[in-house]
Amino acid sequence: MDKLVVTIGGLSVLSFIYWFFFGKSKDEIVEVKDNIDVIVDGGYKPAAIKIKKGKTATLRIKRLDTNSCLEEIIIPDFKVKEYLPLNKEVEIKISPNKNGEFNFHCGMNMYHGKIIVE
Amino acid sequence: MSNNNQASQKLSFPIIGMHCASCARLIERQLVRTPGVLSAAVNYGSETASVEYTSDVKEEDLAKAVEGAGYRAILDQRTKDRGQRTSDEIKEEAKKKEIKELKLKVIVSSILSVLIFAGSFPEWITFVPKILSNNIVLFILATPVQFWAGWQFYLATRSGLKNRTASMDTLIAIGTSAAYGYSVWSMIFGGDKYFDTAVIIITLILLGRYLEARAKLHTSDAIRKLLALQAKTARVIRGSTEVDIPIEEVKVGDIIRVRPGEKIPVDGVITEGVSSIDESMVTGESIPVDKTVGNSVIGATINKSGTFLFKATKIGSDTMLARVVKMVAEAQSSKAPIQRLADVVSSYFVPIVLILAVLTFVIWFDFSPISSEAFKHAFTNMVAVLIIACPCALGLATPTAIMVGTGKGAEHGILIKDAESLEIANKIKTIVFDKTGTLTEGKPTVTDVISSQKLNVKSQKLLQLAASLEQGSEHSLAETIIKKTHSLKLKTQKVTNFKAIHGMGIEGEIEGKKYIFGNRALMDKEKINYKNQESRIMNLEEEGKTVMLLALRQAQGKLLGIIAVADTLKASAKDAVAMLQKRKIDVWMVTGDNERTAKAIAREAGINNVLAGVLPNEKASKVNELRIKNNVLSNWDNSKFIKHNTEPVIAFVGDGINDAPALAAADVGIAMGSGTDIAMESAGITLLNRDLNSVVSAIELSKKTLNVIKQNLFWAFGYNIVLIPVAMGVLYPFFGWLLNPAIAAFAMAASSISVVGNSLRLKSVRL
Repeated sequence: MDKLVVTIGGLSVLSFIYWFFFGKSKDEIVEVKDNIDVIVDGGYKPAAIKIKKGKTATLRIKRLDTNSCLEEIIIPDFKVKEYLPLNKEVEIKISPNKNGEFNFHCGMNMYHGKIIVE
Repeated sequence: MSNNNQASQKLSFPIIGMHCASCARLIERQLVRTPGVLSAAVNYGSETASVEYTSDVKEEDLAKAVEGAGYRAILDQRTKDRGQRTSDEIKEEAKKKEIKELKLKVIVSSILSVLIFAGSFPEWITFVPKILSNNIVLFILATPVQFWAGWQFYLATRSGLKNRTASMDTLIAIGTSAAYGYSVWSMIFGGDKYFDTAVIIITLILLGRYLEARAKLHTSDAIRKLLALQAKTARVIRGSTEVDIPIEEVKVGDIIRVRPGEKIPVDGVITEGVSSIDESMVTGESIPVDKTVGNSVIGATINKSGTFLFKATKIGSDTMLARVVKMVAEAQSSKAPIQRLADVVSSYFVPIVLILAVLTFVIWFDFSPISSEAFKHAFTNMVAVLIIACPCALGLATPTAIMVGTGKGAEHGILIKDAESLEIANKIKTIVFDKTGTLTEGKPTVTDVISSQKLNVKSQKLLQLAASLEQGSEHSLAETIIKKTHSLKLKTQKVTNFKAIHGMGIEGEIEGKKYIFGNRALMDKEKINYKNQESRIMNLEEEGKTVMLLALRQAQGKLLGIIAVADTLKASAKDAVAMLQKRKIDVWMVTGDNERTAKAIAREAGINNVLAGVLPNEKASKVNELRIKNNVLSNWDNSKFIKHNTEPVIAFVGDGINDAPALAAADVGIAMGSGTDIAMESAGITLLNRDLNSVVSAIELSKKTLNVIKQNLFWAFGYNIVLIPVAMGVLYPFFGWLLNPAIAAFAMAASSISVVGNSLRLKSVRL
């Protein structure tokens, strides 16, 4: 009986983990005109940012999360690595000149976002 | 007197734009007129204003007053010094604070862990007072470790779960909470207790974090060291006096004095004096360079012997040092292609580990060989799986190595633009050197002046004519001939109708006569007969000299004479070429010289492959041609099946602006010695010195860095692939082995530290 309960319970937890991490709806894509506020709190909000090719966009990034994992933002394709002081806005200017999706992430590569250039 | 009851403040700040003492009076008057200003004194010599004012005066008012008089007050600089810090400074402070906090947590939780461990195993440690084994005491001792020292794991878990993502903190929080929570349950209702497991895991992981944070501080040492090179002040000439001003206030055009042993504050050109300058800190060049009037000097280098004056040409973010720092910082934030796999894996890692942990629990509970121990096995193995998984090592493997590697390069004057260039430099199969200025010193000298015997034109006259024609030319050889003429104290003549004929030479009129000066192609084009000099020309070319012919251009054109110019091979060329060939790299030389001259130089350098007679604008297409040729060969070698991934990597080494297209066309562009913006931008690697061995060093650095990355990735992947199944208990059926969660914590902490430590090993690499 115990085994049955544990097995059913275990499978339910497994399904929950799968749904929780892999079943999330896609990030809402936010298009940038000139600048955009990005809040860092348990991830990046918004996490999908659309920028027009050839335009310069300013990301105004503010970290509200005390988690030290999020203290750095890295946008490798644009060679950006910035330290984000807590509750202080940091401006990052981006001028993409090619189309594509460019990921950004925290210092440890645990939290992700992307810049879509069209 | 009237203001005794009102608090007054004093402030000193620099002022820019004063030309004379009366400017100072003007600013003083303007400042005193500002309501609230009690007194103002402006010192023309030190270019500063000292103002006393009441508290209701704002700094902006003072700045406005100075601006109203037509000058500028540097108030923002002062405020920066007082309170505002750059984000790097904030980061450094935050890091130091974090390390201090971690240290305290590690010490406190270590002490508590030892007590809890001793209390949990009274049968092993018999001398411990009985009270430590009391459940309530264990609970009291464990709680601060779980919720004070381990609070950061909960915070990180919360922020991850809000975003439906998880990090390794999630694993630790869940693992230790399970151990702690179950122990509390057992304390009340009876059962096994795992307080020791929870606290030892937290202590070890915090210890790992502490050591890792300290080691990581050193991965960015290179930039800190570069910034520390900067001089703090500059001794600027103001009228008849000299004043020391902060380096931030130096303007372009300022004349600055540098005395022996001092650092040169900014980039500029020497206007008076001679000296020997140690540029090793920026260029990696070990021998001091002699400099005189007209030579450029680099900020942050050290003046060894003489005193000199120089004119500032580049300040602030435009200086060579600032550009180097920027480039290194950018390279360190770029991503190496090899990291992509680690990225993909780490994005799925934590959820998969959570799934594996649940599976471990269920399987052990259902199929444990000893049913009475089923729960214990299931529980400890699940905790071990959660704890041993280490996505951190995967995340740290590449970036830490890139950071240390690029920093190491910068110390030796090897600037790497991005991680990708560093990664592919290791795979170079073909390397093309530009001849002039790269393989050779780029300082050609006139070696032979031979006049055509029939006409018997004096060699001095020949030189004079050639130099006169060359006055309008931008060709590198023009300067050589003009210099030679000056050294013989010959005067150049006026030239009209000057025209440069691309890839051939020049033409122009002197005293009504038309002359042409250039290579054989030009003579052929103008139908000048030079055949009777052919053997002589050939002999000169065999010696590696560049031969130019001077002729009178008329109905029956006549050859007047020959001027031969030679450039000396760099001392390092032969060694560097031999070392590259030893690495099985195909070495090529490209030059505009004709084949015979080119081959002679190539022979001297030990190069077998020569691309001669290449015009400057053709270099890029030659690089592409070589690539296609090599590609065909290598594809053929590989039975024509494998394509892009086996493409042999081609590198181009050049020095000048005209090499920029070729630098960009190559897979790895290596710009040498120049530090010109265009060359630096087009090149993947910039060598700040002129030593050809640096090319070999750059490739060596790439190889070593890549090796470290591979070791790190192998270790990080291998660690997780091997130890997660061990923690799940796969070895139990064969050997009866299970992994204690505390040992799992130790292994997990050690894996991150070992990756950072392995990357730091690059610091001691010899280049």
